[in-house]
Amino acid sequence: MNRISHKLQEDKKLLSIYFTAGYPQLNDTKTILENLEKSGVDMVEIGLPFSDPLADGPTIQASSTQALNNGMTTEKLFEQLKDIRKTVTIPLIIMGYFNPILQYGIENFCKKCAEIGIDGLIIPDLPLEVYTEEYQAIFQQYGLQNIFLITPQTSEKRIQQIDEASEGFIYMVSSASITGAKNSFGDAQQAYFERIDQMKLQHPQIVGFGISNAETFDKATQFAKGAIIGSAFIKHLTENGTLQIESFIKQIRM
Amino acid sequence: MKTHHINNKGYYGEYGGAYIPEMLYPNIAQLKEQYLSILGEKSFQEEYQQLLRDYVGRPTPLYFANRLSEKYNTKIYLKREDLCHTGAHKVNNTVGQILLAKRLGKKRIIAETGAGQHGVATATVCALMGMPCFVYMGEIDMQRQAPNVARMKMLGAEVIPSTSGSKTLKDATNDAIRDWINNPEETHYIIGSVVGPHPYPDMVARLQSIISQEIKLQLKEKENRTNPDHIIACVGGGSNAAGAFYHYLDEKDVNLIAVEAAGKGINSGESAATSQLGNDGIIHGSKTLLMQSKDGQITEPYSISAGLDYPGVGPMHAHLFSSKRAEFLSVTDDEAMQAGANLTQLEGIIPAIESAHALAALDQRKFQPKEVVVVNLSGRGDKDLETYMKYFDL
Repeated sequence: MNRISHKLQEDKKLLSIYFTAGYPQLNDTKTILENLEKSGVDMVEIGLPFSDPLADGPTIQASSTQALNNGMTTEKLFEQLKDIRKTVTIPLIIMGYFNPILQYGIENFCKKCAEIGIDGLIIPDLPLEVYTEEYQAIFQQYGLQNIFLITPQTSEKRIQQIDEASEGFIYMVSSASITGAKNSFGDAQQAYFERIDQMKLQHPQIVGFGISNAETFDKATQFAKGAIIGSAFIKHLTENGTLQIESFIKQIRM
Repeated sequence: MKTHHINNKGYYGEYGGAYIPEMLYPNIAQLKEQYLSILGEKSFQEEYQQLLRDYVGRPTPLYFANRLSEKYNTKIYLKREDLCHTGAHKVNNTVGQILLAKRLGKKRIIAETGAGQHGVATATVCALMGMPCFVYMGEIDMQRQAPNVARMKMLGAEVIPSTSGSKTLKDATNDAIRDWINNPEETHYIIGSVVGPHPYPDMVARLQSIISQEIKLQLKEKENRTNPDHIIACVGGGSNAAGAFYHYLDEKDVNLIAVEAAGKGINSGESAATSQLGNDGIIHGSKTLLMQSKDGQITEPYSISAGLDYPGVGPMHAHLFSSKRAEFLSVTDDEAMQAGANLTQLEGIIPAIESAHALAALDQRKFQPKEVVVVNLSGRGDKDLETYMKYFDL
């Protein structure tokens, strides 16, 4: 069974962390992953940096630019992850924009992911329709779960379609925003979390965007299965490098 | 019939589509569902045509350039988009899109701009309609194009510097898209070229198609034929070329010539000639030709002309290039500057440096004495005076 599906069956709220590969230092990828697992993180999204990340706010943009300046490439990332399954057992997802993946070659990319032991992909600018028509078969052949996003503006009908095409979980964007834009959840988010919960979808939801501390993590996971922290963790890396990852994680979830 | 127009899935051949994050899906879906019916409404067309006539100053003349024709020994007509209000063809699109935004019930307008011409054209129609306007512009472009920043501010727009990436047009476009993600409900994004996710390329092309519609009528009057032998237009993103080509796309007797900016030379590392240097990929929500590294990172283009300084071309142009429907030429900074000086001295018209690229094609390619050649003079050179002054030491 895919590691993501397995993890989703555990009886607890899941904490997932996003970081940009190649940041703060080119070769930090493995250290960060091992520390995250050791700290009790349930799942990781490894960001493949892109020159033009149009769904991301300033924090992730800056980390992507820095990672590219450090020399990060798709090939380099695969090389860094080559033996990762010897030390890291939690589900690993690669999150990246479509163009670098397209240039690598979709099938080659999927094949490489499967060899390494990547469990899923999140490609924000690969729309549902194009995925199902052109790429679903390849993803499935290599055992990769494709994770779709929904937002407060997504219509009920489209949420049903996304649920139908999903595997693993649904990435629930907390509010109409780019990453790292908001620091707290108001009534509108609360209502949205409840509304989605009441839809009783086939796939569990994991909330992302706007989660930065214990309070927002607890709120986000009141209804959802888990939550993803991205920008706040990048800020931690900016300030501390790869040190004290454990203490960052412990303050999110005791 | 084989057509070079967009198909019902939003593609020109294999180019186009809408590669957008889910956050933008509702906005793009709404546009896709409604743009054709709104553009076709009688009340829309009446208001649009009236504004084009009384506000923009259309039809723009199709001018027979006598001395230029003599020099090149062929019949050259200039389509005078430089005489449009605000100084370029950009306003044809912004007038149309602001009317569309009103019909969609939108209350706030955002735009990206490179040289500032589209920003000015957007700020202008926002002033006209009393709508708040926010224009994203690369920090570096704001320094290069200070007079246009001042114009936008005077028109009441807020100009927001883009400080990410390379701090130029592509980053301004990214920031405008991010703004739209953050403000999905009351905001309309007026894209300035035939780029971006479907339906933008087709919508902008339709709003610019007034150019070729007029050329047909005007040429009929002057030459007793609707179709020229050649139409020449410069291509950055490609909106003026899309407008000048539009009604001729499926008329095989008309040769379409697209001129890209070679910058300091195709192989100099400082160029914006996408068809020569680019390959297939995704930029700003569209599958098209773009300049990129082998890892798919988008590379920074260069041209002396800020309006051609874009690392991709619209999907229509990618298709015209790959299907060989259009001829693609590239013109260096030096060739364009000389062509600009040449037109000024022969005809008393100072062209925008973008349009000077189209004019420089006349030096690259031989035309027959009896052939009719239309050059789309997309903008006037006032905004480029400083660049001309520096280049020619005036």
